[in-house]
Amino acid sequence: MARHFDIRAQPGFRIAALFTFVALYLPIVTLVAYAFNADDSVTTWGGFSLRWFADAWGNVAVQDAAWRSLIIAVWAAAIATTAATMAALATTRTGPYRGLAFKYAFINQPLMVPEIVTAVALLIVFSQVKVWTGYSGLGYLILAHSAFCIPFAYLPIRARLESMDLTLERAAADLYATPWVTFRRVTLPLLRPGIIAGFMLAFVISLDDVVITEFVKSGGQDTLPTYMLGQLRRTVTPEVNAIATAFLALSVVLVTIFFFVNRRKT
Amino acid sequence: MSEAAGRNAIDIRGVRKVFGSGDGQVTALDTVSVSIRENEFFTLLGPSGCGKTTLLRLIAGFEYPTEGAIFLHGEDIAGLPPFKRPVNTVFQSYALFPHLTVAENVAFGLESLGRPRDEITARVSAMLKLVHMEDLGDRRTDQISGGQAQRVALARALAPSPKVLLLDEPLSALDYKLRKEMQIELKRMQHETGITFVFVTHDQEEALTMSDRIAVISKGRILQIGSPSDIYDRPAERFVADFIGESNLLAATVVGSREGTATVRLSSGAEVEASVAEGFVPGGEATVVVRPEHARAVKQGGQLAGIVENVVYFGTDTHIHIKLDDGSAFTVRQQNMRGQSCGFEVGDRAEVEIAADAAQVLKD
Repeated sequence: MARHFDIRAQPGFRIAALFTFVALYLPIVTLVAYAFNADDSVTTWGGFSLRWFADAWGNVAVQDAAWRSLIIAVWAAAIATTAATMAALATTRTGPYRGLAFKYAFINQPLMVPEIVTAVALLIVFSQVKVWTGYSGLGYLILAHSAFCIPFAYLPIRARLESMDLTLERAAADLYATPWVTFRRVTLPLLRPGIIAGFMLAFVISLDDVVITEFVKSGGQDTLPTYMLGQLRRTVTPEVNAIATAFLALSVVLVTIFFFVNRRKT
Repeated sequence: MSEAAGRNAIDIRGVRKVFGSGDGQVTALDTVSVSIRENEFFTLLGPSGCGKTTLLRLIAGFEYPTEGAIFLHGEDIAGLPPFKRPVNTVFQSYALFPHLTVAENVAFGLESLGRPRDEITARVSAMLKLVHMEDLGDRRTDQISGGQAQRVALARALAPSPKVLLLDEPLSALDYKLRKEMQIELKRMQHETGITFVFVTHDQEEALTMSDRIAVISKGRILQIGSPSDIYDRPAERFVADFIGESNLLAATVVGSREGTATVRLSSGAEVEASVAEGFVPGGEATVVVRPEHARAVKQGGQLAGIVENVVYFGTDTHIHIKLDDGSAFTVRQQNMRGQSCGFEVGDRAEVEIAADAAQVLKD
């Protein structure tokens, strides 16, 4: 009788798994726990309280940063998803041609170039542009976020397009649908789960960004992550924990929606 | 030219299709010309990769010819995109829209054409009725069986009343029994709608049972066009004889030739009359084909002789495999009579009597 190979039966598996989980989740659990600390400390427990959530909620700077994060994330995700959808169509709905691999690399560039390099480059370029135009609004952050969000939006959309039967679009054309009608009535509805997934991924990535935002932002343009970073440099109170916990909850909700949207159509 | 084109549903004139360029160039179709008559069940038959699907796609507009013209009822359509051609396709994979219901799938073509709502509704229910799916219009396409999907694909393609219906191996995904049923259904629908059907298949039996005419295609060329019995009884080339049905190929020498027939001497020295494809004048060495059921095994008086190697009983008939004296193999297929054996056993000496008008000289 040949026994089935089962990785869970290997020696040390339990230890390794346990260690991984502890390393991954213990800090997060601690962070969340101290968000409910009644004390001013992030290391000594002083009883349960929601005061830090109330504090954060009432903090004008937090409200301001959160609102800004949201605006940037929505715009950046929308722009990135539109660009990524077009890019995905252009790279899957053609025959293979010279330079296609280069194009993939080009679209996915933000995944490969170290973020700090992009951040410095953008800082230099945008400061020059600011001098020329005099404009110093949120546009720079939105543009920068859109750029690094594109690959995250592109990947699920392309995956969806690749798994989609090309014959369906052919069938639509055969049934007198012009290319535009084919796109609107067949390609787009079938692509919708990929687009939603791409949008949500881009949204979360934008919401979470520190490095590029820190370099590109003008004075008074803190997003939630850069605000938190700024707070940590001063006195640390469980207010940061409370903000982080709210952030975590939002991410979990989005990822859960992402999961269900993706699952429904397969 | 236009007069002749007007009588045909489709005229394909000197169409060549080359894929790729430079060293990777592949000629999928090599100067193909064929006319498909109105109201005809026309089959493109050939092994996979022979170019039959490419030809169908050229008619549908999914590919454009490298050279040549395609006329639909006299109008050159070779340059038109698929959505401007009044032809519809039943795809091998059916390609039903998964986000639409059965009825919405059938309505798709009519909606693209901008037909009025009540006309679409009436047409869709008529089509669903034609394919016996009238109760399943609200189903999603993943809630129906493969055979039903096949019917929906058919209804969807027929709904806009195309001038020509193209069918790309539509039965290949069905199991044997369903396939047999659909063969009869397809013939019925073609009869009822009066639409020209162009049917692609690699299944020679399917082609023989369903078609009015068949074009046999190999390596990008049309080898023969004719009715099923033409193709079967009078194969013009070795490939056609080999691909369709079983055949005995005999080496022979041409000793005399007249219009349409030739006298050939077989390896045994016997001479037989054999028919010859139109416009072909054989000479010298030639190959002659005889179908197994057009010959009989006899004790004496045949044109060929040999030793019985195997006798295989098939119920309706018996196959007798004979090794001829020149070393080649010959199979005879005889119908069985109740309570009678074929009269031969392995090792017996047997002669082969070729029926009159059964032999055909092949172009190699």
